[in-house]
Amino acid sequence: MHALEKILAQKAGKTSVKTGEIVNCTVDKAGINDLYLQTVRSFHEIGASKVALPERVIMFMDHYAPASTSLQADNQRRFREFCRTRNVGYLMDVNEGVCHQVMADKGLSLPGELIVITDSHTTTHGAFGAFGTGVGATDMATILATGKLWFRVPEIMRIRIEGTLPKGVYAKDVILHIIGRLGADYAVYKGVEFAGPVVGGFSVSERMALCNMSTEMGAKATYIHPDAVTLDFLKSRASSTYTPVSTDADFTYAENLSFDVSNLKPQVAAPSSVDNVFDLDEYAGTSISQAYLGSCTGGRLEDIAVAASILRGKKIAPGTRLLVVPASRQTLLDAVRDGYLQDLVHAGATFVTPSCAACLGTHQGLLADGEICISSTNRNFPGRMGSTGAEIYLGSPASVAAAALEGKIVNPLKYL
Amino acid sequence: MLEQKMQGRAFVFGKNIDTDQIYPGRFVELTDVADVAKHAMEGADPDFVKKFSSGDLIVAESNFGCGSSREHAAITLKSVGVGAILAESFGRIFYRNAINLGLPALICGKGLAAKTRQGELLRIDLDSGKIFNEQEEGIGWLEPVSEYMLHILRSGGIKPLLKKQFTNEG
Repeated sequence: MHALEKILAQKAGKTSVKTGEIVNCTVDKAGINDLYLQTVRSFHEIGASKVALPERVIMFMDHYAPASTSLQADNQRRFREFCRTRNVGYLMDVNEGVCHQVMADKGLSLPGELIVITDSHTTTHGAFGAFGTGVGATDMATILATGKLWFRVPEIMRIRIEGTLPKGVYAKDVILHIIGRLGADYAVYKGVEFAGPVVGGFSVSERMALCNMSTEMGAKATYIHPDAVTLDFLKSRASSTYTPVSTDADFTYAENLSFDVSNLKPQVAAPSSVDNVFDLDEYAGTSISQAYLGSCTGGRLEDIAVAASILRGKKIAPGTRLLVVPASRQTLLDAVRDGYLQDLVHAGATFVTPSCAACLGTHQGLLADGEICISSTNRNFPGRMGSTGAEIYLGSPASVAAAALEGKIVNPLKYL
Repeated sequence: MLEQKMQGRAFVFGKNIDTDQIYPGRFVELTDVADVAKHAMEGADPDFVKKFSSGDLIVAESNFGCGSSREHAAITLKSVGVGAILAESFGRIFYRNAINLGLPALICGKGLAAKTRQGELLRIDLDSGKIFNEQEEGIGWLEPVSEYMLHILRSGGIKPLLKKQFTNEG
């Protein structure tokens, strides 16, 4: 069996599972996001009153952190009340940051676990060798009420990333390239394992970017085998003991793909779909109104560090806005400690408190009709960051910082 | 509740219709179903709600409902009375959300959207899995729905099923 299958089997109390089988699994970590008060509504609608395994439930006030309308504030108030009356294990309030990064920072995402969150980018947790998957509000209500949820055991494909990554090219460029080649629906309903020397050389931060963006080709879950990099990251952070799960040597993948990235150049996903991917050079010179550095894809310390290295001692182009949104409170603290916040604010950046912010077009840095943004986030759908008349290019944090400096899309290599 | 035979006018869309187009992010803070219903498909067609009548159908190419996990996307379509969504494939979270609400998300063979005119009356026969146009020509087919999904759809969604379970336990 594959590690992802073994996780589902274990959580269903079975010795083995087959592709396509429906299994009912006990969930290790169940995360709710503040966007979805429907979770509480559905919980009541199905007649539940007690949360089955409250110590496993984590409430994240991340998408509306802090609330920008009284309705958002009211939704958050109701969630806090629900947490208090149901003894919910963790309340990550508006001062903590984006759920996936908070999970990583606090060692809550662990190898071998089944992690379910009401956020589509829960595939991120494959970076730790966990089975992470996103669900909607009513599925989450089912987990709250019963501790369990049904899953269809997915087909599992493996993507090997071969070669040596050139300077100026990052995990974000790699995953954009892969999604561009395969298409936005290539991995729908499937499990995706990333392997090969480039993945082995990636930091935890880069692995998270890779697994996070896999949602944009439809993946149900991802997996990177936990290695020394994973275990070293977890050494000082793990919130509890854990048992990594490995794939059997004789496992047959539904599909084996391989990408050699030795000659890869910086990539962009041009408006308005994530699989509309080209070499960034093809769009060099495109004027931008806003550069956005943030989110569960591209708002980690390494992302802020590379932006600071490009912008230190310089000023962003007149008429251009640079929004910097650290993924979590820990990321913000680290950015302050290392002087990156100072560097970026001097360069003209606007800092936003750790949250999802404008990534999903709800608040804090939205785009006007006709504006163009380059962003280190994960989606460039029509209207995603504000007006449907705005255009979004997705790129690496380095590409975002270089564009802020020149006021137009530019290959970041010359600044590295 | 799932009907074995359905008919309705087709609202035709392309591929990768994401949940931001089905239900824009700026309205996610709304929680009342009546409010959520006002913004169905607004990001793809701002006049959709005005043109749509209960029982009409959505026909789309691949990956309908990709993107965000917002259940609002399924709630808004259910609330305006979408009879069924016929698409070549679905984003997986949207698919689960739709089935959970008892909204038939049906996987159809490739090419149905291309063969269907905007506003054309389609007839679906779930027993035979066939889709007919106004001229009674078979213009498409449906993948069989698994027993598990059928059970949920026929029960009017997952909530009545769970409610029964909790009532019995209680």
